[in-house]
Amino acid sequence: MSRDIAQLQQTALGELTQADSPETLAAWKSRYLGGKGMLKDLMSRIGSIAPDDRKTYGQTVNALKDTLTAAFEAREQAVNSVMLTREIEQGALDITLPARPRPQGRLHPSTRTLRRIYEIWAEMGFQVFLSRDVEDDETNFTLLNFPPDHPARDMQDTFYTTDPNIIMRTHTSPGQIRSMRAYGENGTQPVRVVLPGMCYRFEQITHRSEVQFHQVEGIVVGRNIRMSDLKGTFAEFVRRMFGDKAGLRFRASYFPFTEPSMEIDLECFVCGGQGCRICKHSGWLEIAGSGMIHPNVLRNGGYDPTEWSGFAFGMGPERITLLRHGIEDIRYFWANDQRFLNQF
Amino acid sequence: MHLPLSWLKEFVDIDIAPEEVAERLTVSGLEVGHLRYIGVPQQVIPGIRQPRSDHLVWDRERLVLGAIREVLPHPNADKLVLAMVDYGADTLEQCVTGAPNLREYLGRGPLNPPLWTAFAREGAVVYDGHSDERKLMTLKGKELRGIYNKSMVCSEKELGISDEHEGVILLDPQPTFAAGTPLQDVLGDVILDVELTPNLGHCWSVLGVARELAALLNKPLRQPSYAFVAQGSPIDGQVTVAIEQPELNPRFTLTLLRGTQVKASPQWMQYRLRLVGQRPINNIVDVTNYVTFEIGQPLHAYDYDKLVARAGGKPPALVTRLPHEGEVLQTLDGSRRALGSNQILVADGAGALGLGGIMGGADTEITETTTTVLLEAAAWNFINIRKTQQAQKLFTEAGTRFSRNIHPSRAVLGSSRGIELMRQLGGGQVAAGVVDIYPLPPALVKVALPVSEVRRLLGVDVSVQQVADLLSRASFDVAIDGDTLHVTAPDYRTDISARVVGQADLVEEVARLIGYDRIPSTMIEDIMPPQHTNRVFEFQEAVRDLCVALGMTENISYRFTSVEAEARLVPPGASSSLPAEGYVTMANPIAPEKSVLRHTLLINLLENAASNARFVSRQQVFEIGSVYLRRDAGLPDEPLRLGILLTGKRDEPHWAGSTQAAFDFYDIKGAVEGVLVGLHVAGITLRRGTHTSFHPGRSADVLLNGVYAGTFGELHPLVAQAFRLTGAPVMVAELLLDVVLEAVLPRHGIISLPGTPAVLEDLALVVQEEITGQQVEDVIRKGGGKLLRGVRLFDVYRGGNLPAGTTSLAYALTYQVDDRTLTDDEVAKVREKIIRIAERELGAKLRS
Repeated sequence: MSRDIAQLQQTALGELTQADSPETLAAWKSRYLGGKGMLKDLMSRIGSIAPDDRKTYGQTVNALKDTLTAAFEAREQAVNSVMLTREIEQGALDITLPARPRPQGRLHPSTRTLRRIYEIWAEMGFQVFLSRDVEDDETNFTLLNFPPDHPARDMQDTFYTTDPNIIMRTHTSPGQIRSMRAYGENGTQPVRVVLPGMCYRFEQITHRSEVQFHQVEGIVVGRNIRMSDLKGTFAEFVRRMFGDKAGLRFRASYFPFTEPSMEIDLECFVCGGQGCRICKHSGWLEIAGSGMIHPNVLRNGGYDPTEWSGFAFGMGPERITLLRHGIEDIRYFWANDQRFLNQF
Repeated sequence: MHLPLSWLKEFVDIDIAPEEVAERLTVSGLEVGHLRYIGVPQQVIPGIRQPRSDHLVWDRERLVLGAIREVLPHPNADKLVLAMVDYGADTLEQCVTGAPNLREYLGRGPLNPPLWTAFAREGAVVYDGHSDERKLMTLKGKELRGIYNKSMVCSEKELGISDEHEGVILLDPQPTFAAGTPLQDVLGDVILDVELTPNLGHCWSVLGVARELAALLNKPLRQPSYAFVAQGSPIDGQVTVAIEQPELNPRFTLTLLRGTQVKASPQWMQYRLRLVGQRPINNIVDVTNYVTFEIGQPLHAYDYDKLVARAGGKPPALVTRLPHEGEVLQTLDGSRRALGSNQILVADGAGALGLGGIMGGADTEITETTTTVLLEAAAWNFINIRKTQQAQKLFTEAGTRFSRNIHPSRAVLGSSRGIELMRQLGGGQVAAGVVDIYPLPPALVKVALPVSEVRRLLGVDVSVQQVADLLSRASFDVAIDGDTLHVTAPDYRTDISARVVGQADLVEEVARLIGYDRIPSTMIEDIMPPQHTNRVFEFQEAVRDLCVALGMTENISYRFTSVEAEARLVPPGASSSLPAEGYVTMANPIAPEKSVLRHTLLINLLENAASNARFVSRQQVFEIGSVYLRRDAGLPDEPLRLGILLTGKRDEPHWAGSTQAAFDFYDIKGAVEGVLVGLHVAGITLRRGTHTSFHPGRSADVLLNGVYAGTFGELHPLVAQAFRLTGAPVMVAELLLDVVLEAVLPRHGIISLPGTPAVLEDLALVVQEEITGQQVEDVIRKGGGKLLRGVRLFDVYRGGNLPAGTTSLAYALTYQVDDRTLTDDEVAKVREKIIRIAERELGAKLRS
């Protein structure tokens, strides 16, 4: 009998080595270990075994069962492993085929630049103050120290509306007056804000000039604000916006609403100041106008200019964007061509 | 303004390179936009950035000062002559030339003094005078009509000075001239193109810029001579002037030159005028222009005899006055100009003579026959000059300067300088005296400047003496009184005001003289201002982020449109749903299609979509911005809107398969809901759309707490046609962001996360097709009560074995309680209740 069992074990293990798929493994398992399998059959025959031999017989069958079960599990694992390796080998994809696009929206490049500007100024305590697009002549010019018919007005070509004294703001500076009046509490509280917004100038639309553009202006009013603060603070901004190595040039200029006034030039980041097409071979890029707030403007904002002082600066996000990305046609900004917008 | 460095050097010693001059001026507020080199090499100065110039540098060996000793005829050509040129060598060079201005010297024998000219030897590089473009050529020997020639006498064009090619350069003899001197040392120059801001009226001249330079470099300034030789009988009684409007014309001066000769100006003056961009005319007119550029005081010359004739033989009686009703003036440029009421005239008894301070009239201009010149130098109100220039669209060198506020003190300097130069160039006798009517001399501007103000505003540590010295350098008169400086501004500094503004003016002056680069850089030490809530701004940016997260790309469009463009948003025959307010209308539109401010973002979205449709197959865009609603009084309303547009294929075509379906109503609904839910807006209800620009059956109005907040849905097909958007249905939305902002919950709570299992179950109800999905969902929620946590529609079915006129709506329901596991019994009871209520309220049947 035990020779039969030994024979069976040898046959079963031999067959097991031939099983190399889940189907043949399942067939083998059913044949030997299944509910109607050979082991079950051997066990059921225990009654026909001599009582004295029954114990030994039982142990022998059980040992066979353990052996076959262990062999099966080992074989199954080996087969699975081979199968998996084969599956992995066969499952390789052409990774160069085009991706399935994820839905992706994009911010307008001007918004991206504006946000970068807000972010840097916010860290220095400047809040955003929104001001209106359509202005009265008084706030856009007169309160900013542009007297009526003054030649300083020649610097800004204005869109007039058919309503008297109502114009399109030519700069974000009227926001200086509005923010000082809103936050200054009649000239008793300091103010530190940035004033973003769309501005409008009566100019022919060409690849270099537009009738509307964003500006971001910033103002600080306090009891101890100096021109040296303007230089230092703006230099901080420039380092954040354009990098640690960005060289700056401060030069005198004229804006009716600041005095002293200055233009801020940035060393051309395209050519490193060596001169290129972008900087018109000058090595410098004009990036901001600035100055100490004019006493008349402080007064119009509610402050006593002998006790309070402040600085202001203004820059153009489209100009910055245009320089950074080498955009040669400013009309791209409001054309909303998807092919342009998708590049940001 | 073009300024030759050689001219500046007449007034100030300049011992730094031209490039450094340009940098110093630029940094101090007189921006030098461009340097034009004449013959001299560009210098590279460390630390100064400048564009590289590709101009012609004159060869010092081969381009030299030549002296033409004799002009001989060419044996074989009538139009050519032989110039015998001494260029410092042992022998004269025979040079063949066709220069017309040498012909008059033919047959005069040896010339003494010689004619001084620019001489180019063999091998010199010059511009080709006969080419229309700027083309360089190297001078080579060749035969010209049988005479071998290897050199050239040059025109200004050939040297790159100007386009002048009528004749060769002939220079007025100078004692220092020596044949063979490198031309660079004689004519070499650098022209500074200075751009002046409107406050710098006192810098609109060579002298004005030289004065700035003298202060910056701390060098003395040499004034031109204002003395004149007057040997004629007095001007008194020869002419009178009356000023009717002293406010508009505070000063008027006249001088008189008799017996002069009108002819061409000397070469040096013509040359300089050409360098600054003026066309030489004759000696008298040239002097008026020269003095304008030299000292910044515009002049005007009259033919005195013509004035006498107009006065019927009597001494002219000039008057400056406002025009009569309907008065017309013919100006020197030939235009007949109708005059506005504020446009001040110089006139005599016979009528207008000129537009004061801007341009003279044709009647009394200087001609070749003029022998007696009456010279005007006056002062005018700068605001009025600017208004007149703009109204007449007439911008002259004189008007530009007068509109920058030239001080009346300059007038008499101009008349003295001008009349003397005219005498020197044309001969004659100057009448003794000056007619000088000066009813309104402005007071000198005095400012008390505490030096503490300089420190306070600039953040620099300067002493009282340092500030006093700086201001003195710029010709301010300064008296020190403790910490305070009593400063008197030089009269020409019309940009300096009194009191607090004057202090700021002086602080700026000090900063400019210190140099902005030497002002230290500091961080703000002042206290941080109170911070404020910033709801609208933060909200606006949150909406942007949500739209981007929902897969849409931001547009920013022109605020300008036209009434006609927006009218296309209303289908023919329909009433308009656009704002009823008026348009904000441009008085000076840049173009008819940009004549008003938009009333709606739909106009931009649709126009953008139409132009993009040529290039892309799907568009998902949004724009956030104001629309502009005119009010009868005051500034317009500028409410914020959000516009969304979806059109084209929902999925981008992809090789592994994609739906080819187009965006539909439920996509735009998803976009709008995504924004509103993302913002935590409360109280959202929808009703069938009422906006006429939308498809009436496929659009919805959004109500927030009962207030209209916008419409979304499919664009009305007729509107789509009007915008040529016929490719795919266009889904749009316009939301009133101010209304949306009001509905945003200040805070929103969250639903806690139960650990108990949910029971999921599907339920399909068959209803009459008029019943809306919302009604069905409402009754399900009503029946489900607290146990029903989720309701999701997963199928809508019509037809098949369903009764006609009915719809089956299948929902996936989620039941859950927080503290225990629901039993089958409990769920079955709720389900029965839902079915019962649905049947009772909507006549719904459970779909079997």
